[in-house]
Amino acid sequence: MTDGLIDGLYREGEPIADTKAPGVPLAERWSTRVFGGHLVSPNNRRKLKIIVIGTGLAGASAGATLGEAGYQVTSFFFQDSPRRAHSIAAQGGINASKNYRNDGDSTHRLFYDTVKGGDFRSRESNVYRLAEVSGNIIDQCVAQGIPFAREYGGLLDNRSFGGVQVSRTFYARGQTGQQLLLGAYQALERQVAAGTVTTHNRHEMLELVVVDGRARGVIVRDLVTGEIETHLADAVVLASGGYSNVFYLSTNAMGCNVTASWRAHRQGALFANPCFTQIHPTCIPVSGEYQSKLTLMSESLRNDGRIWVPVAQGDTRDPRDIPADERDYYLERAYPAFGNLVPRDIASRAAKRVCDEGRGVGPGGLGVYLDFADAIARLGRDAVVAKYGNLFDMYRQITGEDPYQVPMRIYPAVHYTMGGLWVDYDLQSTIPGLFVVGEANFSDHGANRLGASALMQGLADGYFVLPNTINDYLSAGPFDTVPADHPAVVEAVTSVQDRIQALLGTRGTRSVDSFHKELGQIMWEHCGMERTEDGLLEGIEKIRALRREFWADVRVLGEAGELNQALERAGRVADFLELGELMCIDALHRRESCGGHFRAESQTEDGEALRNDDEFAYVAAWQWGGGDGAPVLHKEALHYENIELKQRSYK
Amino acid sequence: MKITLKIWRQKNAENPGRLVTYERDGVSADMSFLEMLDVLNEDLTAKGEEPVAFDHDCREGICGSCGVVIDGVAHGPQRTTTCQLHMRSFADGDTITVEPWRADPFPVIKDLVVNRGAFDRIIAAGGFVSVNTGAAPEAHATPVPKVDADRAFEAAACIGCGACVAACPNASAMLFTAAKITHLGALPQGQPERAARVVSMLDQQDAEGFGGCTNIGECAAVCPAGVPLETISQLNFDLRRSMTPSRRH
Repeated sequence: MTDGLIDGLYREGEPIADTKAPGVPLAERWSTRVFGGHLVSPNNRRKLKIIVIGTGLAGASAGATLGEAGYQVTSFFFQDSPRRAHSIAAQGGINASKNYRNDGDSTHRLFYDTVKGGDFRSRESNVYRLAEVSGNIIDQCVAQGIPFAREYGGLLDNRSFGGVQVSRTFYARGQTGQQLLLGAYQALERQVAAGTVTTHNRHEMLELVVVDGRARGVIVRDLVTGEIETHLADAVVLASGGYSNVFYLSTNAMGCNVTASWRAHRQGALFANPCFTQIHPTCIPVSGEYQSKLTLMSESLRNDGRIWVPVAQGDTRDPRDIPADERDYYLERAYPAFGNLVPRDIASRAAKRVCDEGRGVGPGGLGVYLDFADAIARLGRDAVVAKYGNLFDMYRQITGEDPYQVPMRIYPAVHYTMGGLWVDYDLQSTIPGLFVVGEANFSDHGANRLGASALMQGLADGYFVLPNTINDYLSAGPFDTVPADHPAVVEAVTSVQDRIQALLGTRGTRSVDSFHKELGQIMWEHCGMERTEDGLLEGIEKIRALRREFWADVRVLGEAGELNQALERAGRVADFLELGELMCIDALHRRESCGGHFRAESQTEDGEALRNDDEFAYVAAWQWGGGDGAPVLHKEALHYENIELKQRSYK
Repeated sequence: MKITLKIWRQKNAENPGRLVTYERDGVSADMSFLEMLDVLNEDLTAKGEEPVAFDHDCREGICGSCGVVIDGVAHGPQRTTTCQLHMRSFADGDTITVEPWRADPFPVIKDLVVNRGAFDRIIAAGGFVSVNTGAAPEAHATPVPKVDADRAFEAAACIGCGACVAACPNASAMLFTAAKITHLGALPQGQPERAARVVSMLDQQDAEGFGGCTNIGECAAVCPAGVPLETISQLNFDLRRSMTPSRRH
């Protein structure tokens, strides 16, 4: 480790490597790893306990599959039912390289598109594996009875998503996430009935228990009684989702939070690429101060909707009265090859640019049109209803406007976080026995995720990857029983209780939400769609000041021993206040633009993200620096042996 | 706009609850109903009063977490979820009564929050296809007629919010159970367990204390996901068929 602080903000430590990916040709790595890992015989699996945090696509599919294998699985989630995890809200679809359309798709093409879409900041090994198992996911889901869209011949329908030129997205109207999650949820409930899985609803993980360097359990709070409980196991799986809510306004559900991941980070798990966040181009614009969340309009709408703004600045005419030659279909103009289906990061920045030019529409000029008039004329209204009916209904419900009559207004919003806990090829974090799956890990999407790839990754991790890799770790178990009075357990329980008392005891003047909103504004302004050195430095100072104020002046009413929703939120916001700073430091240190991370100092002449592969072709994995200590950066070099590193082009 | 809220406040399952009146001013028509409650809670917190507890999460009508009875109607005056209801559905000067779902199998936890764990147990009793991970055939091995897939989807759209139970004078969960029976029964993958599924899910529904269905139809009238009432006919059809010994698997 270098002794000195870099920029006064962080230190650099030893580089790290993904040591589990076998050094064989790409296409043989996964099968080689599965064969090379130790197995656990069926009669020994029932002696092994696995804790799973979260029941989204990754957590529910992992819990169900590990239960089917015969392990003792205990599942915790803060919602009242496993079916409510935020995966339920994913709309558009799930990718798989089935090549059912005979349009040249293949495992290699899905791999290629995903690495390129991620702007060459993801691992080749992981992404190739993702593409390899993608077809199995569709098979599995169909067998579970997922009602995917079908053609009249009875076979599965496909559509296109951003950043690709094939149709490989499987969907169930605009409710694909819902249907996939219900399939995984039903598989999980089947294991509950079979006795292999125990579920604890309304329980939130507040600490990870690490004993002798291994993850051995969790401390959870029963959100109904307030009781602090200790649960011990042989391995812990985090499937606790992403951290978009650090921005307060995002498309995530209100409860989505970083706490499980952040607690693990503070216990020693490295946090990778925290600044890689995805701003989704098609969300309903903000309507007022009281706004609590932003609603996504699925990217699938870009298949048929055309995005435009008026050519002239400040044109406030009814959009239907603006003639064609006074409209700027700016994506079709600038990116003729991909048109409205460019990747999300590019579409978002393009929207910001035209709004910055004063050509935005709607209140405050923060919006662009997504217009279906041509699609309705071409396909007929019925066909549009069949494809997008529920999305149109949702839009009308929220805005009070009818998108069949007037164009939708959309604007970018934070949607997904590519960063997350660092994991190796086995999806194991830097704490042995702690595995991380789904959006909570960092591994597959690089600096930008392609549409319909989140569902693919969540289910790949949960159904097919983790159940094949966790055996290797568990084959050394069962590990020694940890007594409930073990110092590590006592310390974890005490720290949770102290924190709750501190939050309740402050009795200050400002509500939890007021802090959360202020943090969100800081993050959006300083660490949002466009980042600069000065802006990030200022953001860090603001976050530090806000964090001090939070602990001195937060007001949380009620008691610890009851359902207390303000207390739940307070703990989550406290962790966001630490994460936000690390995101800014990560964004500051990465002096290049890539994918969703756009540094104003690093752009091409026409304003596209300009990577710096010589200096930054690595994963930035951060180690917790302790209370006031600076975080330590560990670099994992990225090697591209199967894809040529080049500047992305969607023109 | 100005409104008067009468909200059910109840400390916990053991204590009795009561309606408490709150006067609100400056309510925007573009706010969602839950955002209106957020603002109320901020004001209560500022005054040192405990905020109102209510379940919510996605706020886009799909997770099924939210749900309160508004002026006697589950999810209120629009056929949507509470989170998708906007204040433009109300008029200046309105008095709005807000209560939790009322049904014995959904005991109140606090204020507007109820325990809907019974729904999970009904699913665990048979609301699935028994296929282990890795055991699936090629997705195109079994074509499914589009009409069947669409019908399955329509029933599978259920979000599990519990409005059907709250609306039913008998507190029956029939629409919830029937949606899953219809979804899986419409697909070839659901056939092997079809007869057993309807029996075990109904047994669980009864064991949870839900009332019987008397075909009133309030459930479908409030269902935000538009699950059709005819799913209950399908359930009854499947149940009758399952009782014919030769058809029972």
